[in-house]
Amino acid sequence: MSEIQYQTAKTVKEAAKFMLAAKGKGYILAGGTDLLVQMKSGLRTPGVIIDVKKIPEMTTVVEKKGSFVIGAATPAAVLGENKKLKKAWPGVIEAANLIGSTQVQGRASMGGNLCNASPAADSVPALVAAGCTVTVQGPKGKRTVPVEKFCAGPGKTTLKPGEIVVSLTLPARPKNSSDAYRRLIPRTEMDIAVVGMGVSLTMKGDTCVAARVGLGAVAPTVLRVDKAEKALVGSKLDDKALDAAAAACSAACKPIDDKRGTIHYRTKIAGVLLKRVALIARDRVKGIEHHMHDQWA
Amino acid sequence: MAKIHVNTTINGAPTEFLCDANQTLLEVLRDNLGLTGSKEGCGSGDCGACSVTINGRLVCSCLVLAPEAESVKIETIEGMADGDKLHPLQKKFVEMAALQCGICTPGFLIASRALLAKNPNPTETEVRFWLAGNLCRCTGYDKIITAVLDVAAEMRESAK
Amino acid sequence: MSNPKYKWIGTRPDRPDGADKVTGRARFGADFNLPGQLIGKVLRSPHAHAIIKAIDTSKAEALPGVKAVVTAQDFPDQPNLIVPTGEMQVNLRDITRNIMAREKALYEGHPVAAVAAVSEAVAKQALALIKVDYKVLPHVIDVAEAMKPDAPLLHDHLLTEGADPPASKPSNIAKRIEFKKGDAKAAFAHAEVVVERDYSTQAVHQGYIEPHAALASASEDGQVQVWSTTQGHFQVRGFCSRLLNLETSQIRVTPTEIGGGFGGKTVVYLEPLAIRLSQKSGKPVKMTMTREEVFRASGPAPGGNIKVKIGAMRDGRIVAGECTVEMQAGAFPGSPVGPACMCSYACYDIDNVHIVGFDVVSNRPKVAAYRAPGAPISAWAVESTIDILAQQLKMDPIELRLKNAAKKGTKTAYGVTFNTIGMVETLEAVKNSAHYKAPVKHGYARGVAAGFWFNVGADSSAAAHVGEDGSVTVISGNPDIGGSRASLALMAAEELGVDYDKVRPVIADTASIGFNFVTGGSRVTFATGLAVVNSVRDLIRELKVRAAKIWKVDPEAVIWENGMAKPAGSNVGEFEPLSIADLAAQAGRTGGPINGHAQLNVTGAGPGFGVHVVDLKVDHDTGCVTVGRYTAAQDVGTAIHPSYVEGQLQGGAVQGIGWALNEEYIYNSKGRLENPGFLDYRMPVASDLPMIETILVEVPNPTHPYGVRGVGEVPIIPPVAAVGNAIARATGVRMVDLPMSPPKISEALEAAAPRMAAE
Repeated sequence: MSEIQYQTAKTVKEAAKFMLAAKGKGYILAGGTDLLVQMKSGLRTPGVIIDVKKIPEMTTVVEKKGSFVIGAATPAAVLGENKKLKKAWPGVIEAANLIGSTQVQGRASMGGNLCNASPAADSVPALVAAGCTVTVQGPKGKRTVPVEKFCAGPGKTTLKPGEIVVSLTLPARPKNSSDAYRRLIPRTEMDIAVVGMGVSLTMKGDTCVAARVGLGAVAPTVLRVDKAEKALVGSKLDDKALDAAAAACSAACKPIDDKRGTIHYRTKIAGVLLKRVALIARDRVKGIEHHMHDQWA
Repeated sequence: MAKIHVNTTINGAPTEFLCDANQTLLEVLRDNLGLTGSKEGCGSGDCGACSVTINGRLVCSCLVLAPEAESVKIETIEGMADGDKLHPLQKKFVEMAALQCGICTPGFLIASRALLAKNPNPTETEVRFWLAGNLCRCTGYDKIITAVLDVAAEMRESAK
Repeated sequence: MSNPKYKWIGTRPDRPDGADKVTGRARFGADFNLPGQLIGKVLRSPHAHAIIKAIDTSKAEALPGVKAVVTAQDFPDQPNLIVPTGEMQVNLRDITRNIMAREKALYEGHPVAAVAAVSEAVAKQALALIKVDYKVLPHVIDVAEAMKPDAPLLHDHLLTEGADPPASKPSNIAKRIEFKKGDAKAAFAHAEVVVERDYSTQAVHQGYIEPHAALASASEDGQVQVWSTTQGHFQVRGFCSRLLNLETSQIRVTPTEIGGGFGGKTVVYLEPLAIRLSQKSGKPVKMTMTREEVFRASGPAPGGNIKVKIGAMRDGRIVAGECTVEMQAGAFPGSPVGPACMCSYACYDIDNVHIVGFDVVSNRPKVAAYRAPGAPISAWAVESTIDILAQQLKMDPIELRLKNAAKKGTKTAYGVTFNTIGMVETLEAVKNSAHYKAPVKHGYARGVAAGFWFNVGADSSAAAHVGEDGSVTVISGNPDIGGSRASLALMAAEELGVDYDKVRPVIADTASIGFNFVTGGSRVTFATGLAVVNSVRDLIRELKVRAAKIWKVDPEAVIWENGMAKPAGSNVGEFEPLSIADLAAQAGRTGGPINGHAQLNVTGAGPGFGVHVVDLKVDHDTGCVTVGRYTAAQDVGTAIHPSYVEGQLQGGAVQGIGWALNEEYIYNSKGRLENPGFLDYRMPVASDLPMIETILVEVPNPTHPYGVRGVGEVPIIPPVAAVGNAIARATGVRMVDLPMSPPKISEALEAAAPRMAAE
């Protein structure tokens, strides 16, 4: 006989209501690929599990005038099959499609990835680079927050009691823009990112006119590295600009030594990845594709 | 807390069961329903030995809560053969010695079938990355990948 | 690619258990259940080293749904007595303490109590109610640290066996061993080139995908039934009999299908606990380990520190070899330091060799066998050093090995003289291979390494029965972990002269067949194969006797050919040949049921040699390694079922690649394992690898009727150094510490940058 309860919410408002009623012991179940692992290890011990997958708003993607509103509980595999989304935001999609195995992809969501608030979450650096805004539903109504301000620390979000993440909005893109995400892992799959790098660029000819850089797994939360962005903007993404941006990323690192990487290594790789990912994003604007599976192509 | 009553479809058969809120689908398949073909290798979604499909989507059943099975269509290894006729993947795995101890085999078969349903003409790299979530410690993967590629080619041939 | 000498041997038919294994019908350890069973769970020490002052189980026993609780009190103490298990030796006194801690908890994860309850949830609650009063002691994890005189002491009684001068004070060094051939010290003085390096490796796990599982059912009359996922059900019976003071005939162990073992399932963890809980509760008890428990509490392969010194002449002839191995045993003595030492130079014919090994305890789980136990560790060091020698002499690494290769008549440092072996043939096969002849692709580098393993024979029993319709059942007693049923059926079919499909191989439980040593030591196709062949020969002898009765001739006048009894010549009489079915139909009238059997302790297992080649590239900025092409060559005697022989080479090679690149046990400062799961214990995944090409060199073993040589273990030995050698050639940097993970390669490249810039 278990004391844990399972509830299915039909609307966002209902889900928020259940959360509030659970008095701090409520857990949202989207894909469950973090929650179930944590329940098994004893890290999280729910009172109430609130399944949100029957809420259309949370499991569909809506395109409006070039911007995309992505339901927070939409599985990454479903996002990967969305051709329009993939064309506009290849970096966000490739990041989402790196969360775990194919099996995990069938369930894991970007909303869950974000709310789990791991510093090494794969989708978050790409969302930061994309300028994503997070829509939150609470007992007092809806609010939005820039994604880079959403997490408070490892495993901690800025959600208040009774609040849930409803959707992630990617803004309409100017022309000649693209993005990319790469991470460093010891194997080719199945590892938590040692460093994750998302870069989104707008080009005018050979010159970069806008840039956003999201850097993950090197600080308590995913960082937006504006000094790296400044080094890229106005440049032709030549070695000098890339070196400066890379140095800015290394300088922004506040990593820890753990079983996945040392401070020294992560700091170095942050710079290495910036250069590679910026060029992949730039090439995408030009129509040149670099496939994830060609290691470092 | 009373048990939850779930109505679902498993391998085409209407199935009902009682479960706790925190039981996984894998536990219910194995312990309540006697479907022990899906295996627990890790319980944390890292090995793929528990792979099933839900509404055609490949997932780890150890990461699905049993109550989520309500009104969905689940396919496990026990439903892969058609009566006593093995699926081409099952036949090929035996022919090509794509298994040694066999514990990972149900997971690989379910995952491979899901791949070919989505992409009938995968490259070797695509097969390897799709199957990266299925661990095998005996074969070094070589014969598994060959078997999947061979079946893909045969299925494309017979579809012509 | 079938063998022209034979009709069945060398072909690739479907394995007899194939349909069951691809449909989910085959039942592995956790797939067995009995009505009314209880679920057993283990309480494990959170401390790496602690005195157990008291255990209070009263609250757990009082919890509704809890039917039995056990601690060390429920197991008799055991004498200081060594017994063999698989390819290693264990001490009963240590084993009873490993399955259930007595005076001390010696590693994080060490069992201190176990419960059986009506459900897993109740069992877990019961564990939380058990109060253990620990006195935490300082712990030691690292081998070098454990060897220091002031290290925390695990066992007060442990005096170094083989110490010179003899040990007077206890230490963590359980044993010192030494092998000598010629005079290495003197030979070094005359060597023209001397290479010396220190190496290290970390503990790694066999990584079987199926966790340990056992189901035990004890009856009121003292009989016990056990279903266990094991490589050796007779081993399980033997251990449980001693650990629980039961007669072996009281225990019937059925081996379930086994989801991988690689040596790690040749010992017991859960079975004695499940039996005891079943005895106390009067109900069957089912126990499984979680993946975390497998990592924390089952036996990994040891890590160790190895010093190597090799002396050679400029023409490439190696004149002296030294090796010192300091090996982790875990909490109790018994690391495979012996085989590590013996295999270190066994690939080569060297006149002067001196090897010293130390078996060192530390606060980690007691190690268990892992595919050629000990050998990958010494081979990592020796084969890397030989590669350095090849680079210094500017010699091709295959040529250098050919120049020094062991041959028939070579005497090893551990005293054995080789009979017919295949080291030279395997080196030649690699030299002439498509892979080795192909130029190394731009950006890639190539590494080569060799490996040796003894392979064992030991005890096997087999039987062959004829059914009323003439079909044949062949019964043996070794769990099938890699397709051995198929190989046994192939040999039986070949011997009998009947179709492979007419022979059904069956694996019997401990009550239904005579004693069998474990599935391990690369022995089943060789030794159990020999027992099966002999049991079939016994059957044929009996079939000829029956034909002779029917024809009223002398049994000597009957021959067996193509599955039929025939008169030896036309002078015997014009008799139509009699098939097995014909003879079976008349069995009752000619003497009764027709059965054959054989039992033997087999010696003469041919040793195996492997040579592997890998082409890989290293990303100099990140230290990430991409394996581009891999070939494993090995002398395999006769490949009975070539697909399963190839499978052994491929599987072992990939385990070795994982050992080389990313696998390691990571401990924190409290002596707790930080990566007890597949997420952070990084085994190779499908996308990490290319196809693994195999070259089966058939140098038949003269001591087996079909030339069989064990193949299972050799393949894990060469890959570690092959990968290291390729990395050295790709980067100019020689890695000496395993694993060669990206941060370590990156760091080594950074450290070497000033030197390399200067060059």
